[in-house]
Amino acid sequence: MNDKKVDTNRKKINLTIDDKKIEINDGDTILQAAKKIGIHIPTLCYNEKIKPHGACRLCLVEIEKRGRSKIVASCAYPAEEGLMVKTESPGVEKIRKNLVELYLALFPFNPEIKKLARKYKLTRSRFKKENNYCILCGLCVRYCREVKGYNAVGFAGRGTDKKVVFIPESSYFKYCEKCMECMNICPTGVFPSNYGLARIPQINK
Amino acid sequence: MTVDNKINSFQDLQKKAKKLQQQSDSADLAFSICSGPGCKAYNSEDLYSAILEEIKKNNIKEKDRIIVRRTGCHGYCEMGPIVIVYPKDICYFRVKKEDIPEVFSKALKGEVVERLLYKDDRGNPIIKESDIPFYKFQKRILLNNHLKIDSKNIDDYIMGGGYQSLAKVLREMSPEEVIEEVKKSGLRGRGGGGFPTGIKWETTRNAKSEPKYIIVNADEGDPGAYMDRGILEGNPHSVLEGLMIGAYAIGSNMGFVYVRQEYPITVENLNIAIDQAREYGLIGKNILGSGFGFDIKVHKGAGSYVSGESSALTTAIEGSVGEPRLKYIHTSVSGLLGKPTNLNNVETFANIPLIIRNGADWFRSMGTKTSTGTKIFSLVGKVKNTGLVEVPMGISLRDIIYKIGGGIKDDKKFKAVQTGGPSGGVIPEQLLDLPVDFDELTKAGSMMGSGGMVVMDECSCMVNVAHYFLKFLADESCGKCVPCREGLRQMLYIYERIMEGKGREEDLTLLEDLSMLLREASLCALGTTAPNIVLTTLKYFKEEYEAHIYYNMCPAKMCSQLITYVIDKNKCAGCGICIKICPVDAIKGESKKPHTIDTEICIKCGSCIEACPEKYSAIEKKTGLVKEGVIQGEKES
Repeated sequence: MNDKKVDTNRKKINLTIDDKKIEINDGDTILQAAKKIGIHIPTLCYNEKIKPHGACRLCLVEIEKRGRSKIVASCAYPAEEGLMVKTESPGVEKIRKNLVELYLALFPFNPEIKKLARKYKLTRSRFKKENNYCILCGLCVRYCREVKGYNAVGFAGRGTDKKVVFIPESSYFKYCEKCMECMNICPTGVFPSNYGLARIPQINK
Repeated sequence: MTVDNKINSFQDLQKKAKKLQQQSDSADLAFSICSGPGCKAYNSEDLYSAILEEIKKNNIKEKDRIIVRRTGCHGYCEMGPIVIVYPKDICYFRVKKEDIPEVFSKALKGEVVERLLYKDDRGNPIIKESDIPFYKFQKRILLNNHLKIDSKNIDDYIMGGGYQSLAKVLREMSPEEVIEEVKKSGLRGRGGGGFPTGIKWETTRNAKSEPKYIIVNADEGDPGAYMDRGILEGNPHSVLEGLMIGAYAIGSNMGFVYVRQEYPITVENLNIAIDQAREYGLIGKNILGSGFGFDIKVHKGAGSYVSGESSALTTAIEGSVGEPRLKYIHTSVSGLLGKPTNLNNVETFANIPLIIRNGADWFRSMGTKTSTGTKIFSLVGKVKNTGLVEVPMGISLRDIIYKIGGGIKDDKKFKAVQTGGPSGGVIPEQLLDLPVDFDELTKAGSMMGSGGMVVMDECSCMVNVAHYFLKFLADESCGKCVPCREGLRQMLYIYERIMEGKGREEDLTLLEDLSMLLREASLCALGTTAPNIVLTTLKYFKEEYEAHIYYNMCPAKMCSQLITYVIDKNKCAGCGICIKICPVDAIKGESKKPHTIDTEICIKCGSCIEACPEKYSAIEKKTGLVKEGVIQGEKES
């Protein structure tokens, strides 16, 4: 068990990703390590500036540790000494393919999803189409909270009823017009229109 | 109670226990009235006041001659309210307020009220609880302690040797020795995961950061399950004692009890217990003069099933929304407020004082090699005897259902048993001899879970059952990760389709693909275990799915879209009762002539079947309706 994520002396550790060896700082995640050697792991809910959320599950990879393999989210899994990582193992590919099909029913227009759909030769989704394009990656919510410290966007509800809402009552909502930084983060592009809707009562005033 | 009541040392505790025992022995009579959730619903509180009234009426002045206790759940909820009269251990069932004068006067004379006793198959009365079949096949090491303990009185717990395990640990054992003993006992977490408790404690103890926290997980949210409630409500001190032993072992001075808000009596009893223990000096600084200090806070949950998951629970205590987080660094290393946190289930903690008192070998002597000790199940559904049952691990499901549960209600045919709550799966008839332990149940595709056990008879449609539990999980999912949220949503669409008779051939493959995705890719255990119900029903009852999809038939006649109500012309006497009862006026017909149901109007509520006099039994459910409105399939039901 890895006891610490303390970055006091930034020890160096070695691991293997897709048969490529790499030395990185202790505390880095698998995703960060992969990026360094140019291995692309698809992500939707990841952003360098904010803490990993682990919700989109596209970044799942297979790791091998003490002879046992396990599927983990690479955006959050801290790299360990001697770890064997496979970013495109058969298990991972199967999961990702099903996941992409689920995304196609939800939001088919994202470039990453499109690219993956082409890769897995998925032209249509067997699942029922959803009317709501938001994939609840939470980038807007987390960016607003962690980077800007505003909390003008939040989650409401839970389970299948969960959604992203603007909080017009939030004292920070007045900054939104000047900030707008979250607009470009949204991987679906639905977010800006939601913002417009949330502002209607304000405009009417 | 006054401050003088403080127990300052181990000797004081023993003296106090002895004194209380003497007091209790000198009493002529003692009544134990079950105040568990089941019996309380049957107004067992009235029985308590009725007995007090009788004491007053009979002018019994010496306060200690008769002891009346309101205890925790006795388990046999089906037969509540339960009253036990000591010293003769006479056990009365289904006691009403009106029975109390007779029970009381006969008890004074040392006699028995025969009509309130349990009757066996041949009608012979049984006096003692332990001789009744429901109890005879159980091994009640946790639940039996309830019977002589008033759940609101710490003295009763101390009298039975309570807090002496804590005293033993503080006086004689080092934290490492405690952990070693728990490890040796083989105790595994009773909340569902089955992780070895001793190892969890060790990891938390070895974690470098300070302070450390210890949490009781009493967020019991499975439908129909109330094991933790039974313990925490009936014998809260046993959990507190276990918690403190755990705290001493891992090196923590602060504990939390995360309890459901929906359990008001549990919260009340728990708070009373903590207050009393604090007044006795058993919680606070320098417990029993040992130098060890500990404090407990009760945190009420806000109604979320997923908060029972360890990382969601710690987030909830921190004050955020109870959402699971990525757990690649264990809670035992970085949990509550980023500090090492140990989290165990109520039942796990309740076992600890017993292990310390009787030794690890005693605990190992029960159960199987990999699953030691006993486990409490909440046996509900279509079984004759429902209630809380405590059995040694390794007992077969058949024994639980037929010996303890008494078989299926109305002598119908057994179909399946669902173990482990909504996250568990169903186990069919052919696997009934499966020994109940952590590993065997997992192998069968289900899980131990926290101990829910829902028995289903032939009238349950497995597609419907799977839909019900999936709906529950979809509502209770936090909605954070895509496989769980979207996967469950899509699964529900598929199930709704199948239940409406619009199922497609590809649906079964789709369900399997989605199940794989949820199991492998979900963030927390809610998502990874959600497919259990789908996969087990698909594995053991595939023909039911196929009947729905290919023949528009619901073999159990449960899915309302696939059944039609029909009146048998030969049986109907034209009494007109069903015409009056039908809420939508779908039944037409003249008096004394056979009636007919207009299937266009009928909403399939089933009121007419219930209303039709038994001597006629003219209304039937038929299934196999194809789109043109012609009834296919079974001719007779």
